[in-house]
Amino acid sequence: MAANLDQLFILLREWLVAFLPSALRPVAGVLLSVIAIVCVFPGLFALTTVFERKGLGRIQNRLGPNRVGPFGFFQPIADGIKSLTKEDIVPFSANAVVHLLAPLVLVVTVFMGFAVLPMGRNMVLVDMDAGLLFFFAMGAATELSVFMAGWSSRNKYSLLGAMRAVAQMISYEVVLLLSAVSVVMISGTLSLPKIVEAQNQYTGVLPHWYIFTPWGLAGFIMYAIAATAETNRSPFDLPEGESELVAGYHTEYSGFKFALFFLGEYLAMFSISGLGTTLFLGGWSAPFSFLTFIPSWFWFFGKVMLSIFVFIWMRGTLPRLRQDQLMNFAWKFVLPFTLLDLMVTALWRFMGNGWLRWVVCTVILAGAYVLMARLELRRRHIGPRSYRYAE
Amino acid sequence: MLGEGILKGMAETARNFAGSFVSKERLTTVEYPEQRIPTVEAARVFPFLVYDGADWEAGMRCVACQICEKECPPKCIYIDKSKDKKPDYVGKPQFYPARFDIDISVCMSCQICVEVCPFEAIKMDTQFELATEDRFGGLLLDRHELAKSNEYYHSIHPTEANEVDTRLAEEKAKADAKAKAAADAAAAKAAAATAAPPVVPPAAPPKEGGA
Repeated sequence: MAANLDQLFILLREWLVAFLPSALRPVAGVLLSVIAIVCVFPGLFALTTVFERKGLGRIQNRLGPNRVGPFGFFQPIADGIKSLTKEDIVPFSANAVVHLLAPLVLVVTVFMGFAVLPMGRNMVLVDMDAGLLFFFAMGAATELSVFMAGWSSRNKYSLLGAMRAVAQMISYEVVLLLSAVSVVMISGTLSLPKIVEAQNQYTGVLPHWYIFTPWGLAGFIMYAIAATAETNRSPFDLPEGESELVAGYHTEYSGFKFALFFLGEYLAMFSISGLGTTLFLGGWSAPFSFLTFIPSWFWFFGKVMLSIFVFIWMRGTLPRLRQDQLMNFAWKFVLPFTLLDLMVTALWRFMGNGWLRWVVCTVILAGAYVLMARLELRRRHIGPRSYRYAE
Repeated sequence: MLGEGILKGMAETARNFAGSFVSKERLTTVEYPEQRIPTVEAARVFPFLVYDGADWEAGMRCVACQICEKECPPKCIYIDKSKDKKPDYVGKPQFYPARFDIDISVCMSCQICVEVCPFEAIKMDTQFELATEDRFGGLLLDRHELAKSNEYYHSIHPTEANEVDTRLAEEKAKADAKAKAAADAAAAKAAAATAAPPVVPPAAPPKEGGA
């Protein structure tokens, strides 16, 4: 029974496909999986928008939306109708084709990333050997769409927003990749289902998730920082910067194209949380060995939604960084620390199975963290701000 | 320690998040159309015209002196003076506004009309739900829409209304005393001059200072 529930969606797909002639079955199976992905994640997006607004409201001691439907849960439907019925304005001097393509490229490439994510036991659309590489290739294509949007709008604010976005995304892309490399070094594979399998073991009741190792914890924190910047979420939401830029690269977008950008951003958040879950949090594996009777897909989506909650929590807490602070943080703190983490991972790999490697790796990472923080804080003058020119 | 501030901040927002579900003091939102808080006494929105008694037309204090119309900075008051006269609160015949319109789409709630009015006839209202579908006619309030009873004035600005009432009562008492004195003097004069039986003088107001 538990095994059936675990494989519920796979069995459902097989049952549906069995109605077709055998020649069509592989194609139909893939199509069904694609339809499932294309339906489930936008549905989650709709839920997340309303939960985000309510959560942010609670953080600020407000109620949040509560007018449309019971407790405001039909708000996304109202928003969807609104964005569908709004006028679609294309600026006179904009490059109409590229302007139209940009949101499509964003949504399509983000959806491609879901193809390689294992969302449960056997629940992966394409079990690619180089799945991680494919995921990052697709993730890098979102920068293209951002730049397309900024450039085709023929608007200096759009262009500035796009420049900021691309600079930020490329800087943090490096960190994102390097922090994932350490997982690849330990598991020895680029295939995401195999990475999850490697973590799906237990010592006693405790799982072998990579986050429960010194290098994994450091890597996960760096990955989380980079993922926040990659998805343009607060505190790294400079490209949008609603208070200083006019919403950055999607200034000139309205109606459903804007909704597509919005959708693309949230989908990117889901996919990057899914990848973080897969790499560090054990993917679809249960947190304790006695909880394995609960279906694997529940754990995957639970972990993803937990990450989304942390995203929202951070958005409700942290102020936006300045552009130079953002770049300094990426290149002077996060990147060196990730490189160090890579070396510590190598050390971990070759020190064998003893308690010694725990001590050595923890000491190196903690020492480096304290040292870098000290250096960083000493160099920075913290006190009342002085203005040299604007007196 | 680097990152300590972030953790502190996260703890603070988490406390707010959880606290807003349990503590009523944290959640200060008033859900307006269903819940309302009473307006404070000093609140003011647009002017209205005060009337005494039950009949708004007979009891209207305004005497169409048009000072407010002239003083109004955005010029949103339109007054037409009447041809005939009607008695005011002391019984003196006065003009009254045949037309008194305030265009609240122009009014800036400055209260200058209230300050210049010598007759305590125009006061500030607290009614703010004045949205209408007709942005021209619907926002041009005529004298019937503007007329509100003295009791209503008491209900929205009790302190101020009591002061106004005592002032008006004093004035009325003064006017009555003056009338009585004049009547007594006239009666005494008549009695002294002709020694005829005293004629009760009419309680009509004196002629001096008429509008």
